[in-house]
Amino acid sequence: MPTHDEVFEKVRTALVDALGVDDDEVTPESTMVGDLGAESIDFLDIVFRLEKAFGIEIPRAELFPDDVLTSAEYVQDGKVTEAGLVELEKRMPFADLSKFKENPAVQEFGNMLTVDDLCRYVVSKVGAS
Amino acid sequence: MRWFWIDRFLEFESGRRAVAVKNVSYAEEQIPDYALSMPIMPGSLILEGMAHTGGLLVAENGGFLHRVVLAKVGKILFHDYATPGDQLIYTSEIQAFQPRGALVHSTAHLDGLLMAEADVVFAHLDERFAGIQLYDPAEYLGILRSYRLFEVGIRSDGRPIEVPEHMLDAERRWLDTERQRCAKQSP
Repeated sequence: MPTHDEVFEKVRTALVDALGVDDDEVTPESTMVGDLGAESIDFLDIVFRLEKAFGIEIPRAELFPDDVLTSAEYVQDGKVTEAGLVELEKRMPFADLSKFKENPAVQEFGNMLTVDDLCRYVVSKVGAS
Repeated sequence: MRWFWIDRFLEFESGRRAVAVKNVSYAEEQIPDYALSMPIMPGSLILEGMAHTGGLLVAENGGFLHRVVLAKVGKILFHDYATPGDQLIYTSEIQAFQPRGALVHSTAHLDGLLMAEADVVFAHLDERFAGIQLYDPAEYLGILRSYRLFEVGIRSDGRPIEVPEHMLDAERRWLDTERQRCAKQSP
């Protein structure tokens, strides 16, 4: 079972390789989109690298639940509804949604996910000591 | 006109690795025109050949049923350049494969030395792109045959890669159409 530091280092390597950023730009607090400049296609690249680095399988929409964000059931006037937020919390227990809840605009969602969230997701899959 | 940036496959191991050859010739239009007084193969077209090798490796792994597109070049490094008369060897290896696409590491070697390396992400077009056909299936099969994929291709158990039935069906339909067209034209 990897330590939390080992998980972070592997996540950092995946992000450096996928996004072309420097090592020191990747901190636990860095946001994927705002700080590291990730675009939608980068998330596919990141998923591949995390799967390979940790020997895990990341099902579609588990890490980035874009089906919720494009659902008429969960989005109204460009904002995630209460029911949508409940669904996101259920689907993303590894992510801190408190800031997003203040302004649940769909376009802000990409700015919410941090490197720490990614690490917590990986730990939820592989465990950590 | 379709772009062909490999000449043929030398090795093809389903789901794992493909090796292709590209002979650089002065007769190619882009060679004398790309850099005045310095006839070299443009790096972008070397990358195209590396992606071509990897993309077909990904497509075969999905039974040629997915519509595979180059989504992203994550990293590319060139260590040298190629000139007319050179023979480039492109090698692609699948790093990850899933229903959404694949991550492939590709290299180009010249005279046994590494001249370029790249990480390429391929995506499978999903239902949002319904109705879009990237290739005519019969033409696609013709290209794969020209590349000798089915002559050198093997599966993980060592058995040869066979032409998928849906491609053979498309080829039969195309042949029937051509026969009918020729019959109408003959006196």
